[in-house]
Formats: sequence, structure tokens, C-alpha cells
Amino acid sequence: MRKESKLLTFITNNTVPLMFILICAVCIPISGFSASYLINEIITRMGRNVFLILSLLIPIMAGMGLNFGMTLGAMAGEIALILVSDWQIWGIPGVVLACILSIPFSVLLGWVCGKLLNMAKGREMITSYIISYFINGIYQLVVLYMMGPIIPISHSTIKLPRGYGIRNTVSLLNMRQCLDNAWALRIGGVKIPVLTFVIIGLLCLFIIWFRRTKLGQDMRAVGQDMNVARDAGIKVERTRIISIIMSTVLAGFGMVIYLQNMGNIATYSSHSQIGMFCIAALLVGGASVDRASIGNVFLGVILFHTMFIVAPKAGGVITGDTMIGEYFRVFVSYGVITVALVMYEAKKRKHKSRTGAELAAAQKEEAVK
Amino acid sequence: MKNALLMEMRNIKKDFFGNRVLSDINITLREGEVLGLCGENGAGKSTLMKILFGMDVIRETGGYEGDILLRGEKVQFNTPFDALNAGIGMVHQEFSLIPGFTAAENIVLNREPQKKNVISEIFGDRLNTLDYNEITGRAEKAIEKMGFAIDKDMVISNMPVGHKQFTEIARELSKDQLKLLILDEPTAVLTEKEAEALLASVRSMSEKGIAVIFITHRLQEILAVCDTVVVMRDGVVVSEKPASESSVAEISKLMVGRSVGNAEKSVVTDKKVIKETDKTIMSVKRLWVDMPGETVRDVSIDIKEGEILGIGGLAGQGKLGIPNGIMGLYEAGGTIEFEGKEIPLNSPRRCLDSGIAFVSEDRRGVGLLLDESLEWNVAFPAMQINGKFLKKFGPMSWRDEKGIREVTERYIDELKIKCVGSKQKAKELSGGNQQKVCLAKAFALEPKFLFVSEPTRGIDVGAKALVLDALKRFNRESGVTVVMISSELEELRQTCDRVAIVSGGKIAGILPATAPSEDFGMLMVSMVK
Amino acid sequence: METIQKKTLGERIVAAANAFGLPRMIIAGFLLVLFIAAPLVGVNFFTQITNTINRFSWNAVLVLAMVPMIHSGCGLNFGLPLGIISGLLGATLSIQFGFTGPMSFVMAVLIATPFAVIFGTGYGWLLNRIKGGEMMIATYVGFSSVSFMCMMWLLIPYTHPQMVWGYSGKGLRTTISLEGFYDKVLANFLKIEIGNLSIPVGTLLVFAFLAFLMWAFLHTKTGTAMTAVGSNPTFAKAAGVNVDKMRMLSVVMSTWLAAIGILIYEQGFGFIQLYMAPFNMALPAVSAILIGGASVNKASITNVIIGTFLFQGIVTMTPTVMNSMIQMDMSEVIRVIASNGMILYALTRKTEAAK
Repeated sequence: MRKESKLLTFITNNTVPLMFILICAVCIPISGFSASYLINEIITRMGRNVFLILSLLIPIMAGMGLNFGMTLGAMAGEIALILVSDWQIWGIPGVVLACILSIPFSVLLGWVCGKLLNMAKGREMITSYIISYFINGIYQLVVLYMMGPIIPISHSTIKLPRGYGIRNTVSLLNMRQCLDNAWALRIGGVKIPVLTFVIIGLLCLFIIWFRRTKLGQDMRAVGQDMNVARDAGIKVERTRIISIIMSTVLAGFGMVIYLQNMGNIATYSSHSQIGMFCIAALLVGGASVDRASIGNVFLGVILFHTMFIVAPKAGGVITGDTMIGEYFRVFVSYGVITVALVMYEAKKRKHKSRTGAELAAAQKEEAVK
Repeated sequence: MKNALLMEMRNIKKDFFGNRVLSDINITLREGEVLGLCGENGAGKSTLMKILFGMDVIRETGGYEGDILLRGEKVQFNTPFDALNAGIGMVHQEFSLIPGFTAAENIVLNREPQKKNVISEIFGDRLNTLDYNEITGRAEKAIEKMGFAIDKDMVISNMPVGHKQFTEIARELSKDQLKLLILDEPTAVLTEKEAEALLASVRSMSEKGIAVIFITHRLQEILAVCDTVVVMRDGVVVSEKPASESSVAEISKLMVGRSVGNAEKSVVTDKKVIKETDKTIMSVKRLWVDMPGETVRDVSIDIKEGEILGIGGLAGQGKLGIPNGIMGLYEAGGTIEFEGKEIPLNSPRRCLDSGIAFVSEDRRGVGLLLDESLEWNVAFPAMQINGKFLKKFGPMSWRDEKGIREVTERYIDELKIKCVGSKQKAKELSGGNQQKVCLAKAFALEPKFLFVSEPTRGIDVGAKALVLDALKRFNRESGVTVVMISSELEELRQTCDRVAIVSGGKIAGILPATAPSEDFGMLMVSMVK
Repeated sequence: METIQKKTLGERIVAAANAFGLPRMIIAGFLLVLFIAAPLVGVNFFTQITNTINRFSWNAVLVLAMVPMIHSGCGLNFGLPLGIISGLLGATLSIQFGFTGPMSFVMAVLIATPFAVIFGTGYGWLLNRIKGGEMMIATYVGFSSVSFMCMMWLLIPYTHPQMVWGYSGKGLRTTISLEGFYDKVLANFLKIEIGNLSIPVGTLLVFAFLAFLMWAFLHTKTGTAMTAVGSNPTFAKAAGVNVDKMRMLSVVMSTWLAAIGILIYEQGFGFIQLYMAPFNMALPAVSAILIGGASVNKASITNVIIGTFLFQGIVTMTPTVMNSMIQMDMSEVIRVIASNGMILYALTRKTEAAK
């Protein structure tokens, strides 16, 4: 009896990952991809995405929910990469320089985002979501109109023919996969980007270490109860802003790693979907709006991207139309976020109705006595 | 007691917007002394403690007069942190704990022992790593000092409520500089055993030289643990004497006692005598209500037709839960019979349809549409429930703007509501006038039965008299049964025919309003939980 | 005496300006500058006015769809795409069933209605379960439904040759021309044309009718209750109003208006846009009503009219006027910054966040 209910709670607590395991289990054989192809793809995508997703963990810790504003960091990373590629600094030095260069942009954007979110407590998520659209407008203003006349861009290969603004795609051919190829291992046809994984590993260690610092402890306290934390003398607003800045800076680094793997920047669209896909992947890994771990990130990346790889082919085989699979995976991404948000909000409300039942029970007990 | 003098309050005075709430308070406290502080709600206990603890609200409302001396030196606390640094700790009634942290983490919250590391040398102290061994050590020491064992590794949200209270106390004790601890109703959430343990722990603190100010409604506890008892009433200290020379009866009499004067006289006039045999209009049986901070347990009471029944009691004892539960604003159970018919609980609509109206104690939260005009506020319930102020056009019922304006203007006149016009927004009125709007809203419903909760809370004297007078007239002229819930006993005795006292979530007793106030005082503290 | 009068007048202006809000003033001022600048840089004033009025007539009902949910306290309806989908279903099914001309429009409205009611009920039920978190979830309900319908547009066995892909004979096209169906059926009704100026009176009349219905509804007993629910749900509950029912009704109304709104948009635009097209239709409507002076929990018909006019004015004027002025087409960027900036402003207002 008890065992059964334990199983049931396990299932209800892990609905989303279990559903995904099921989808993957059905779709993988239908898609007919070979194991080595799949593993290769998943490892590539892990190297590409994990860093970005890890950047989401810190605001969750600070109780600010899913940081839809991580797009801001992605934009900072892109601006840095555009500049670095204009300066013709390639390879690993280019990547490192881009990371360093992205920091001031990320800090500035993160600070703005944090300030605004402090003005919209209780609806951080929708606000950070709109911020990402708003800053996207500013980003376009900078990249499309200010790069050239105001910010010097010398190479015509990345400039639009009209003389200012950046082309739709900026090639990063000379730094393409430079991190991934350094120290890369090949095991049975599967390429393992060791250096990228080492960097990711270091970030994981940093996050684990960070949780044990004073600042990390303060963030957890602020995340759970702002008023108590404030009464205890923790600077709540400042702590929240720091958490958003950290997330933005990490997202900036993550975007540089992501783009060096892709090998080119889609100047006006690379960042627009990145937040959604990262958040969906994290939620697929079993995270919720107020709780997420490094384990969730890795499980999420594997499940989400397996689905992403196999869905179009599997959809094609089942319905005879590959577009169905394409749309299916988009639908699933949004669907997962919707379900996670609904479960989180519904859980918040469920707590309230419990005390009433307890009172009635206590009164009944008293009557029996 | 021959210990050194620790704290002295001299001539403390405090006004809130011209309303004197404290006058000439003089209290002294020695090291290791346990001082019991009691008094009715609104007697000024919590204001006094807020002053001592440097709470923001005091500074924001213009500070206080008089001096506080700590070990002979004058001090002035601008924030609670100043008070903490000076060695004053306070355990509030509401828990101030992080739910997902362990007891140990909460005990050292924001005072965590830290270790330096390479990164924090560069980026500042906030990146110091926490010293978990030291955290455990300090928590253990504090728990030992408290003398009541709680699991330091247990997460707060999994703890029984009493242990949370002890965690708070341990947190204060873990501060090395602590010299004076204020406990505000610490036993309210404890089981009997835990409460005994707490008293023992207070004694042991006292032996270690820590002075304690103990605020509670459980007078037996005060007698059991305190060295001195201070009773406050209406912002003055009415008695300060050794606990050994006092008794429960004496204290409760002091708490509610009034010098015989005009008030006593008005109590006796114009009272209906209510007999068991009178017609019951509402019969409440075995009511429980889950209203946070005002839990009601197992209340049964018969309300007679045409009477004004008062419900009194100390704050947090459940008197407010009764009307809120019956009207369906908080989850409730039990049975309610109105005019012989059962009314389902948790359904405001059914109560209103039967002719029961409610004026909530939470004017701004429940009572008013702050952003809308007075017209809307007055007419809305009557429109929704009785279908008044509507004009029919085919299948649609339209708002009758003219009718709404007329009725609003009538009540503005009748209740002397100060406003610029019936179109003014409710949020722009003063508290007293907002209260009158709430009454007008209920009167417009033309109910058979009216609950009025804390009708005079936070309004000035003139408005108070007007509101009470209007209620009484409404009852006597229209024959409407009125149940009035109030923290102010004198007000209940003046206005009502009978007064029921709620204590510990239950009805402690019902007396005619003419009964001496000492009797009410005894009831108030009788079953305090 | 006179100075006192002046001072109070000045104060009054300041107070009014504060209530109006800085971003709104910037946007209104910007549009004013555009109107003044238009003739100076050689852009035909009347063409601009015509364009603005036309676009106003296409979009006004979609903006009107925001009103009920704001009134009932559900916040800004970021889930507008759900209603749009109901409208698209009505449009495509009406054509599939072989209706043409004005009849196809009437049938589209009739078919869209049950879908809007069903979707709206489900959506309302969900929003009642998650009070306080409406806006974020609404956004994602919209997105999920759009991407779900992307699959459905391919899977539902549509066969009408003017709608399906020519080469495979199945699956709907991304854009379907409405020529021969209900292209401009409302716009051409009673159309006024004077030189360069042309006014789609029919469409404006339909909007006026719907806006009047909304205004009238808000003056009925039920409408009053809905406003009270939005203003203070606890007050409404204490006054015996069924809060959940009111919210549900507002969501259904909003969804239905969005369905009608997209049909009116299509008849003006001349095409049905499917697949990802409804995806970003919520944000312009949200920012339009906010620009018109609404807040997260207060909105009126006037807000709808002013907001749609200002928003569409900027959308139509900036490309032409800016282009002739500085030879640089910054309109898209300006639109993105202005509209999202407006939403951000509304979300971060302290007074409104207090609810």
C-alpha cells in the first residue's frame, strides 16, 4: 500500500521527464536513426547548450523564477562576437576575448533588468519576458543603425551593402568549433568536445561552490521569503539584482560557446528563441519555477534534444509529412513550459485549503474524546 | 533582586496623528529580571515594545517622547538593527523564519560564520564560504542555552509549529550580546508541555543574567514565571508590583477596569433584557473557521431576534473568525440555521439572499471598492442581491444611475459622510468616513440581520459616536438584529444588549451588557490559547 | 486671485500629465511630430490619414478584446492567439463548406463562435485555477495553441483548392487570398472616397456597434459585477458575486471578440494568415490599449479608440515619413521599442503592482 503511494508521488512529481522518456522511447525506433548518430548529435548539443541552461539556475535560487531575460546575455554575447570578428581575432583567443568583452554589456543589461524586476515583484516572469522583447528592440537599433556610423565596423563582409548595420549572418568560420576541437576525443565515431565539457564542469563546480557561499545563502533566503530575509538584515533588492547580473553574464558566455559551435551568428534571430529552448529543456529535466538542480539541466538537455532530433523524422514516418514533426517539437517546447507554469501556480494555491480540513478533523477528534 | 539596573524607561509618550496612545510610561528592568506585561488589545503594549525595539513605524509616525536608558546610558534606536546591536532581541508573534532552511541555518541567518577564500579576497566578503561546522556548533550552543531540545538539522517547513517558536528563541539566544529578550505571546502556538518547557527556559535565561519581557494573555504563566507584573490600560501603566503579591483575578480586573464615570452610566440605559425563551433568529452550531490568526473552534450560540449582540475578546482569539466564517469569506464548517432554515456555509450569496449583511473589519481589503465612486460602493451589493437600482430594457437590466445617486446622497446626509460628492472615489475618504460608507452599503441592502465587525477600529472619536449611534438606531428603529464584534469592551457594553466573550476560539460565556467589566475580563483570559 | 487660479491650473496640468504617464506623452508627441512633418517632407497627408484609418478599422476589435479581461482582473490578455485561432477555424471552415462572397463572412462568424466559446471556457477554467499568475500562463497558452494548430492545419482534411497546397493537394497554405470570399466586404460597404481620402465606413460601423455593445454590457448588472471583481475580488465575493463565473465570462467574451477581430482584420487585409502568424498578434493589441491610457486593471472604450489610433498611426506613419526625412527605415525598431516599452511601463508601475 505504502509502496504504491510512493510510486504514485514519484510519478506525479516527475510527470514531465517521464512523459519525455516515453515520447523518446516511442520516437527513437520509428525515426530509424543509428545509435552512434544519435549519441554524436546529443553530445554536440550538450556542449552547445548546457552552459546557457546553467545560467538559469541562479535566478531560480533567488526566487525570481525562470529568467526569460537570459536573452539579454545572449545579445551581449552576440555584440561581443560581432566586434571580435570585425577585429579579426580568431580561434580560442577570439572566444576568450569575446567572453571578456561581453561582460560589461551583460552587467549593464543585467543591472537594468534587475532594477525593473525589483519594480515588478510577484510578476517577474512576464516582466522579464517583455524586457527581452524591449531590449531586442534596442539591440536592433544598435546593430542595425549604430554599427557603422557610431561604432566603427571596418570589414565589409559583415556590414550590410548600404554601408551601415550588420548583415543577417556573420560568419565565424575561423573560430568555428575551436573550443570543441581542442583536446577532442573520438570514441567509435563519437566526437567528444573535451575542452567544452571541462568548461561546463568548471561552471557546475562553481555553482555548487557558490551555493555554499554567504551570497549564495543570502540568495536562497531571499528566494524563499523576502520579508524574513529583509528583517534579518539581508539587502534583498541588491541580492536580487546581483543574481540577475550573474545570470546575464553567464548567459553571455554561454552564447559565445553556443555560437562558436554553430559557426555563424544569425544576427537578428539567434537570440530570439534561445531563452525559450533553454527554459523548456530545463523544465523537461524535472525542474520547476522555484527549484532546479544541475541534474535537471543535464537530464533536460538529453531528453529535450533527443526529442528535437527524432521528432521531425518520426513525425514524417507516421504522418508522411516532416513538417508535422517540426511543428510537434515546437508545440512540445511551449506545452512543457505551459504545463510547468500551471503546475507551479496551482501548487501555490493548494497549500491554502489544507488547514481547513485539519481543523475539522481536530474538532471531530475532540468530540470523540 | 539585587542585580544591576539594565534598562529604564522614563516618561515615554507617543502620539499617532494626535491620538495619544502612551503617556508617561516608567518601567525599570534589572539584569536577569523577568517582567510580565499584560493588558487588553490597544492598551499600548505593542507600541511600547516597538519603541524599545526601534521599529520603523515609530520613526515614520514622528518618533516618541521620553528617554530609554540602557545600563544608565541614554539610547535611541532608529532601526531594529540598532536595538539588536545593543543587546535587545525580540521574538515576534509572526514567525520570521526561512521555510526551506534548517533550524541551524535559521538560527545563524545573516550572521553565518564564514571562511575566507581566494575568490572572496578579490570580489569581497559576500563570496566567503560558509563554515558549516561552526554553524552547527553555534546552533547547538544556542539550543543548549535555551534548554529545550529541537532538531537543528530539521527543515523549518517540516517542523511542528511549537518548534518553530523555539527556533526563533534560539536565534535570539545565539546572539552573544543579548541582554534583554522580548517575547510577544510566545506560548500562543505551543502545546501545554511545550509551554511548560518554555517557562523553564525563561527561568534558566534569567539565571544566566538575561532579562526577559514576557507578553501574554495567559495570566497563570505570568504568575508562574515573572518577577514583576506590569499591567497597562489605555496607554498608562496601572500597576507594577511583584508577581508574588498579585493574582489572576486582580490582574484581569486591572486590565479591563474603568473608573466609574459617564461610561458606566451609559451602559445601564436603554437595554433590552434577553431571555432564553426569546425567539432565536440565528442558531450557530459547532462552527469552525479557518481564518488565519483568528481560528474559530467549535462555537455554538443562539442569536435572538431584535437584539444587539456583542462579541468581544482579545485579539487572535477568534472573535473575527465568527462573522467571516458564517458569511463564507473563510473556509468554515458546522451548521447555521437562520429563521429555522439551514444556510449552507462557504457561500456568501446564500447568506446575503437570506437577508444577512456583513460589514467587514477589513475596510480596505474587503469592505470597499477603493478605486470606484461612493455610488458604486453604496449601491453595488443591493444591486447584485436585491436587484435594486436597476432598470429593465428588454432582457437586460441596466444600472439606474439616477437611483444610485439618490440613495448615495441620502446616506451621505444621514450618516454625515464628509466628501465632495457622490462621485468621489472611496480611497480618497478618511477612515471614519470610509467606515460610514461601509455601513451605508449594508443599510442599503435592507437586511434582517447585520454583522458589524470592528466598526470603530482606526477612526476618530467623533466618527466613533456617530457610527455606534447609527447602528443602534438601525436596530431600534428597523428591528434589525445586529451582531457587533469589537475589541473594545466598553464600546460593546455601551451599545449591546448582551455580550459574548470569545477566548481560545470558543465562546467563554455570554453576559448581559450590564454585568461588571471585571466579569468580562475573567472570561477573556479564561481559555486563552 | 488670478495668480492662485493659475497655480492651481498649473498643478492640475501637472497632475493630469502624471496620470497620463510619460511614455504615453512621448508616443503621442512623436505621432504629432510625424503628422506635422508629413507634409513638410512631401508625404501626402491624406494618404497617410487613409492608411491610418484603414489600419485602425482592421485592428480596433482585436484591441477591444482586451477590455473584458482587464475589467475582471485577469490582466492583459496575452492569450489572444487562442481567440484568433477560433476565428481562423471559422474562416477556413466557412470557405471549405463552399460559402462565397459576403455569406462566407457571416458563416465564418457563426462557425467561429462555438469554437471561441469552447476554447474560452477551457482557457477561463485554467485561469481560475491559477489566479495571480494569469499573464505569464496566458502567454504560453497562446503559444502552445498556435503551435498545436500548426499541426492541425496540416492534419485536418481540408480540400478546397484555393486553400490547400497546389502540389500535394492537402494541408493549408500559409497565406490564403480572400478574393471572391469576404475580401473588404465590410470596408466597401458605404465607403466614402474623396480624392486621396477613403474611409471604410462599414468596418468602422461594425467596430462602433461592438464597442457600443461592450459599453452597454459594462452598464448592466452583470457588467457592473465584472468591474467590481476586477477592482476588488474580495469585495465582490463578500457582495455575493460568483468571482470565478465572472472571470470565466470575461475570458469567453475576450476570446470571442478576438475571433471576430481577426475576421475583420482579414477582410481588410485580404488574406488569411495561418501557422505562426497569430503568434505575435497579442503584443500589438496589448500595447495599443496601454498606449490608449489603460492600465493592468482599468480600461475603457476610449482607451481602445485612442490607443488603436495612436499605435496604428505610428505603424503607418513612421516608415514613410522617417524614410523621406532621414532616408533610413527605422520604423520596425521604433515600433518594437515603443510598444514593448509601453507594456514594460505598465507592468512596473508601483500602484498597479500593489493589487
